[in-house]
Amino acid sequence: MSWETVIGLEIHAQLATRSKIFSGASTAFGAEPNTQACAVDLGLPGVLPVVNAGVVSMAVRFALATDAFITKRSQFARKNYFYPDLPKGYQISQMALPIVGEGSVTVTLPDESEKQINITRAHLEEDAGKSVHDLFDERTGIDLNRAGTPLLEIVSEPDMRSAVEAVAYARHIHALVRYIDICDGNMQEGSFRCDANVSVRPSGQAEFGTRAEIKNLNSFRFLERAIDFEVERQIDRLESGHSVVQETRLYDADKDETRSMRSKEEANDYRYFPDPDLPPLVIDEAFISDVKAAMPELPKARSARFVNDFKLTPADANTVVSDRATADYFEAVIKGQKFPAKLAANWITGELSGRLNKDNLAIADASVGPERLSLLLTRIEDGTISGKIAKQVFEDMWSGKDSADDIIEKKGLKQITDTSAIEAMIDEVIAANPSQVAEYQAGKEKLLSFFVGAVMKASKGKANPGQLNQILRDKLKSG
Amino acid sequence: MNNIVALTTDDIKQIAHLARIGLDEAAIEPLRDDLTTVLSLVEQLNAIDTAGVEPMAHPGNAELRLRDDVVSEENRRDALQAPAPDVEQGYFLVPRVIE
Repeated sequence: MSWETVIGLEIHAQLATRSKIFSGASTAFGAEPNTQACAVDLGLPGVLPVVNAGVVSMAVRFALATDAFITKRSQFARKNYFYPDLPKGYQISQMALPIVGEGSVTVTLPDESEKQINITRAHLEEDAGKSVHDLFDERTGIDLNRAGTPLLEIVSEPDMRSAVEAVAYARHIHALVRYIDICDGNMQEGSFRCDANVSVRPSGQAEFGTRAEIKNLNSFRFLERAIDFEVERQIDRLESGHSVVQETRLYDADKDETRSMRSKEEANDYRYFPDPDLPPLVIDEAFISDVKAAMPELPKARSARFVNDFKLTPADANTVVSDRATADYFEAVIKGQKFPAKLAANWITGELSGRLNKDNLAIADASVGPERLSLLLTRIEDGTISGKIAKQVFEDMWSGKDSADDIIEKKGLKQITDTSAIEAMIDEVIAANPSQVAEYQAGKEKLLSFFVGAVMKASKGKANPGQLNQILRDKLKSG
Repeated sequence: MNNIVALTTDDIKQIAHLARIGLDEAAIEPLRDDLTTVLSLVEQLNAIDTAGVEPMAHPGNAELRLRDDVVSEENRRDALQAPAPDVEQGYFLVPRVIE
């Protein structure tokens, strides 16, 4: 029997505010335990939550970016459960009336095809604290710095049909929340977390199978592997005559498997009710238009503009806009320049991004800024240096402060375009390799690259490749 | 509109468990009857025709007031941890919680 996989994702994006959702405590990561947990975060008696306006505008920004319904009167609710890192005994969340309603995104899959993934809702809630189990004997340590950090929980429809689609969607949302500046996307620090609802059903069946919810997926690779493992597990169970139990499962990256978290099952009755401390959150048109006015251009629109205005291919444009800082860098490089934008796109996605990966740097911290790269590309375009030499110059630029022109000058890298100089080098190579010349003239044309290489080497890489090729062909032909 | 909700003894035990309230066996039955009476009282609301009435999530006309996204709290860990029964290296300590 063939099976169809059905996946829905719940993504928790930590909103990049300075202060918490209901208190004025700092949200900065990495502080000493409990130094950023105030009386409200600790749930001390007599405190009242006051909502952070920044959180509301970030949620509205997400709604605008996903063509989603904005709830004009949304409501906070209490989700009740007991756990030591949840001091109040309830988490303030949203249930019946989330701030963001139905929306959708169009995701590009690895095979370049597109798929629309619908978003059911996105609601605001507070994060819990952290439990530390390995620091103290027989006791658990509680750090409440994270308690009250704002989260936007983005719930998708069960629209994905494979782990690959789920990863493409998760990456899309990851890029989007960073683009609109509402989340730093740092998965190691837990700023962007995924839970996956996974089920399988016989191909062609309309009803969904029983699903398992997989938690603890803190990288795209783990998301993909956990789903693949879980799909296999469910199919094995069904094919051997068992059933799938609806439960929460934890992904264990070391063993590459999911396992049941039975301890939490019975607690799944959260007795939500509207939080009496928090009257409805009312959003008016003026608030929405203010947020809209401050929205950056979204990746899709920007990509279309790059194709139109700068003649990039759609694939290049998508790569460049996939990250907002990269797209900004690209626009700064080509501003007012004569070289083709494609040259800039190639350098940014090739040489520059390779170098950034190697040094584990963000593009904002690149040692070669847009103006410096611009000059280098201008020197390729005006024929001063070849693309190959430019890579050497780039390396030097990266490790120092010199401009492309300084390095070309100091190292004598200017391209040789003097025809007689190139001819002289070619003559020498031809004279030194009579047998190869004979073979070439007898029809072994593959040897051309041998001659090109030899002359290039003699010129220390500085011969103009176009001229070199032309003159070499002519000389070899005439013998 | 006369579905009177009758709570069972198990319902009471479950609610008590979720709320972490310890109940004497003897208290369960009177509590079940009391709560059933409360529910019947609330049940009267179902007799009202609410077609065309906008759902209300909160009584009163108050709207949420928002504050600016500004850090206004200082580190007051020592004072805030003073009443805690057990503290070490800045952490609140609780009996071991096993996942």
